[in-house]
Amino acid sequence: MEFFFNLVPLIPLIPLLAFAAIVLFTHRNNRLSSNIAIGGIALSTLVSWGVVLATILAGEHVQVEGWELPIPWLPTGTTVFNTGFAVDGFTAAMLFMVPFVCTMIFIYSQGYMNLGQPNQDPRYARFFAYISLFAAGMLGLVVADNLLLLFISWEVMGLCSYLLIGFWSFRDRDNEQHIDEAQVKRARAAALKAFITTRVGDVLLFSGLALLFSYTGTLTFREIFRPDMLEHLGSISLLGMPAVTVIALLAFGGAVGKSAQFPLHVWLPDAMEGPTPVSALIHAATMVAAGVYLVARMLPLFVAGFETANAPALQWVAVIGAITAFFGATIGLAQDDIKRVLAYSTISQLGYMMMGLGLGSLVAGIFHLLTHAFFKALLFLGSGSVIHGMEHGHHAAGAHGQTSQHDDGFSANDMKTMGGLRHKMPRTFWPYMAGTLALVGIVPFAGFWSKDEILAEAFQRWQESGALGLPFWVWLAGTLGALITALYMGRQIALVFWGEPRHEAATHAHESPNSMTGPLMVLAVFALIGGLANAPFLGSPLHHFMGGVHEASEVVHSATVSFNFAVAGLSTVVALLGLLGGWAIYRNYRAGEVEPFQRWLGPIFTLLRNKYYVDELYQLVIIRPVVWLADQVFNFDNRWVVDPLVNLVGAVGRAAADISLLFDKVAVDSGLVEGTAKAFNAFGGWLRQTQTGRVQNYLLVVAVTVLMLLGLYLYL
Amino acid sequence: MDFPFLTLITFIPLVGAIIASLIPGDREREIKWFSVFVSLIPLVLSIVMWALYVQTDGGMQFMEEAVWIPTLNAYYRMGVDGISIPLVFLTTLLTTLSLFYSAYTIKKRVKEFFVLFLMLEMGMIGVFLSLDLVLFYVFWEIGLVPMFLLIGIWGQPKDRPQYSAIKFFLYTLVGSVAMLLAFIAIFLTTGTWNILEISSLGPLADSPALAVAAFWGIFLAFAIKVPMWPFHTWLPDAHTAAPTAGSVILAGVLLKLGGYGFIRILLPFFPALFKQFAPFIGVIALISMIYGALVSMAQWDLKRLIAYSSVSHMGYFTLGLVAAAATLDVSDPLLTSRAIALSGAVLQMFNHGIITGGLFFLVGVIYERTHTRDLKAFGGLSAKLPVYYGVMMMTGLASLGLPGLAGFISELLVFRGAFHIMPTYAIIGVIAIVLTAAYILWKIIQYVFLGEFSEEKWRAIFDPEHWHFSLDMARFEVITMAPLLFFMLLVGVYPAPILNVINAASTAILGSL
Repeated sequence: MEFFFNLVPLIPLIPLLAFAAIVLFTHRNNRLSSNIAIGGIALSTLVSWGVVLATILAGEHVQVEGWELPIPWLPTGTTVFNTGFAVDGFTAAMLFMVPFVCTMIFIYSQGYMNLGQPNQDPRYARFFAYISLFAAGMLGLVVADNLLLLFISWEVMGLCSYLLIGFWSFRDRDNEQHIDEAQVKRARAAALKAFITTRVGDVLLFSGLALLFSYTGTLTFREIFRPDMLEHLGSISLLGMPAVTVIALLAFGGAVGKSAQFPLHVWLPDAMEGPTPVSALIHAATMVAAGVYLVARMLPLFVAGFETANAPALQWVAVIGAITAFFGATIGLAQDDIKRVLAYSTISQLGYMMMGLGLGSLVAGIFHLLTHAFFKALLFLGSGSVIHGMEHGHHAAGAHGQTSQHDDGFSANDMKTMGGLRHKMPRTFWPYMAGTLALVGIVPFAGFWSKDEILAEAFQRWQESGALGLPFWVWLAGTLGALITALYMGRQIALVFWGEPRHEAATHAHESPNSMTGPLMVLAVFALIGGLANAPFLGSPLHHFMGGVHEASEVVHSATVSFNFAVAGLSTVVALLGLLGGWAIYRNYRAGEVEPFQRWLGPIFTLLRNKYYVDELYQLVIIRPVVWLADQVFNFDNRWVVDPLVNLVGAVGRAAADISLLFDKVAVDSGLVEGTAKAFNAFGGWLRQTQTGRVQNYLLVVAVTVLMLLGLYLYL
Repeated sequence: MDFPFLTLITFIPLVGAIIASLIPGDREREIKWFSVFVSLIPLVLSIVMWALYVQTDGGMQFMEEAVWIPTLNAYYRMGVDGISIPLVFLTTLLTTLSLFYSAYTIKKRVKEFFVLFLMLEMGMIGVFLSLDLVLFYVFWEIGLVPMFLLIGIWGQPKDRPQYSAIKFFLYTLVGSVAMLLAFIAIFLTTGTWNILEISSLGPLADSPALAVAAFWGIFLAFAIKVPMWPFHTWLPDAHTAAPTAGSVILAGVLLKLGGYGFIRILLPFFPALFKQFAPFIGVIALISMIYGALVSMAQWDLKRLIAYSSVSHMGYFTLGLVAAAATLDVSDPLLTSRAIALSGAVLQMFNHGIITGGLFFLVGVIYERTHTRDLKAFGGLSAKLPVYYGVMMMTGLASLGLPGLAGFISELLVFRGAFHIMPTYAIIGVIAIVLTAAYILWKIIQYVFLGEFSEEKWRAIFDPEHWHFSLDMARFEVITMAPLLFFMLLVGVYPAPILNVINAASTAILGSL
């Protein structure tokens, strides 16, 4: 089985080649293009699972110590920088999930983009090229053995998210009737926002990377995490902290951008402007998982030099995670767009993962990352199926003459236009319920086990410390977050699947094709049983598989938290209450009514609906001032100071021109900088006379002048 | 005697220019394709030379030497090392591409254009190869004249070509004079013009005041050429006015003459002074980076935007250079960091040449069709010109330093060095990276390509009567861009072939200071 490790480079390479093949050769053939993409990712999944199996069979020497393939890449001074690939238990766990979820999303996309239908997307092939590159980026990130390759993959994903979020950011009126103008504008803005916002984080990560590279001379994970290296990094002081902590915080800055943590979370909800499979891709298996992966992979740097319980870098992770988990969830309460609710849910769940990592528990964070990937992909694809059904219902209603085609108020994403869809779309409904229960954390669905592990971890820390310190607040935020999560999901399923249809489109909605519902069912299975991967009553298998990957650093320790019935019981009760409460409140909601939460919460609801006005704040405090500054700097440059000074010098120079022979030859004839119109005319006339022969003469004049000057200086 | 690669590479363009000037002016086709053919010879020679260059040795190779002006003790001395090889290759490549592109787009005074362009090539290559100060200076000045005329004669009337051309000329000349005086002072104390010899002597050691004056004199000449803030205002004017090929060469090669001068002359001549003034020059680098990016963001003229972006991108070069010069410590790990910073700076020059050169070609693509560069006049073009969109996207992404493309590697190396040697500067410098992403994606991609395509708006600017090729990028435009795209990808994915020579030379130069 060890043979499989030699195939590791193929895992990102196959989708990359699929991308290249589509862009260069097959983009005119839609069906072939999507088949190449799907075939590529499926093949990549097979190889990945082979590697996972090999890792399982190989035992501890691979799971903990890792397998590596270094490749010399960059000559740097007297040394050579190696890039390369590595696999350990952690990587293997990711390799089980990432390509598989991607495959499901790819298959689903074929149906979603209406292959072979009259309304097939005109940029169908391009879409599959982009998502292949996206998958290649994520897979490259997972198998990278060094921070640089990780960063390169990371940025490739950033590019793909830009291209895919902005997939509908331009239109061709002749061919693309179904894209409306407002959507074009929104997609354009969302893509830019995603790229620039994550870029802020990326630059922090880049700085951390450069610092780390400077101090250690390497970026290979195994080298960095050697105890002596960590100690060396800890002994350097930078900005009043150990350098290792600064680097960890900078890396975390990157993760905050990529994993949409507060305060750089603003791009993620807008990313909904992309086609729905992209949302699933970004929110589940790839993009946002990258930030969590990064923190988990770099965990020794966060801890180095401190006790796990009071390492400052780690505390930041926990605090930001807790804030994000709670605030993300609250915003989710007040959104009407089915995908936006899920988007804020993603933000919030990513906060849970960061909380887990921030408590120093690698496995708790990653376990939740894995289960979340499955059930969130399921929920997004399910919401896409609902939207797809609603769009078809809308068209069907238009065809029946019951509503006009250009019903401007209608949005297929608006939950308040839905209702009663459980009868119309049963094959979407049941998997969606599985995803909901997993997200909310009901026994025995996957999310229950993984979320509980994080809360149990926090709870135990709190008990150990005995004070109302950080672990307590983390636990409280997590538990309250769980309640709110359950509430907004109850609200969502009630609005979408229960009640009466609130719009013609919902009345005429129908089930999506099998290529869409099939992946939903497969993912639903994982949402149901995924928790077994690390269930305490099975002896926490995931823990034994990947818990030890940071042991060699001697700073991160893996200890299992025993299952805590009090914590699990409380969070289950909270989840059930929330889910049933939300469902009961919204079950009979009718179109046009003021919704219950709005009635009860008043201005708070408005605050939540407007996402705490963070976007407006950034617009006011950052974007506008920067644009203003740019304009002022330009004025300074061109109009007020720099260039006028140059012109002034030019004018003075003209006055003094006849002092110098050189100036005389070149300048006086032709008039000096910012000369009068007269001077321009004179120059123009002179220029017009210029012939090739004259040019050569002219050159000669300059050369001779130079030499004469030289001679003058020499022999004087 | 060995094969005289350097002489041939330098003077074949001159021979070509003379022959071309003998062809009757009305035989435009012959003149055009003859010039393109001539420019291929130095290109091929520079590739062969690169292949033959012994990479393990970072020093000068293919050296040629002959007495030139005995009374002045001036020699004809030429040589290449790992710093100049990529730049010579860049020059020959961009010249060939520019001539090829111009063969389709230049309509007026064809003969003069191609003759001047070949002479320009000779001047630029000569600067990169000279190892004698007099020779260096002569080539430096020779390059100035053809470019002056290219801007003045072939510039668009509405862009004030005369003003721009004179501004370019005078600005550079002011620097040249200061440099010349410094060279003479150095000659008077050392008795030689030999660049390598002066480097090892350490000129003007016993008259510190004069040394400082000479340092700043030379600094001024190169700083204007690079250009560094605040000596950069000739650049946007010159770029805007110049014809496409002129802008390509201006950004792609002429700015590198200044950068090359810093590494070949100023740093080896005055390492101690460079170290002393490094904090100050570092500030200039930061201002150039951030200020240039901000001003780019404020532009509505596509070409002017890219011109200002050069100020910002060459600021990265300066930062790398300053980081390498900010200490004289030659023990590891500092030497490694310095070598990385210097290699990054040199690679940044190469990358800027192919990327920004490419961007100027791409401005030409849209300008030839619409005769406007106003960003507000476009919109939604990605639907009409998908190939153009793809090529611009890739070039723009390379420019904003996306990993996997060329720009990233040099930025990484520059910052890798700078973070070790001058961390405060590096931390401020990274702001420019975010701003760059903003102006490329917001101003260029969004305004030109995204949004809704408006037939009405397009008809107002597009004039099919004056455009005889396909609406999307024509074949000759694709052929022009293809080598540049290839190098963006190659350097981004596997930089070793180029970086090996650069790295060997940087290490050697820093070791010998």
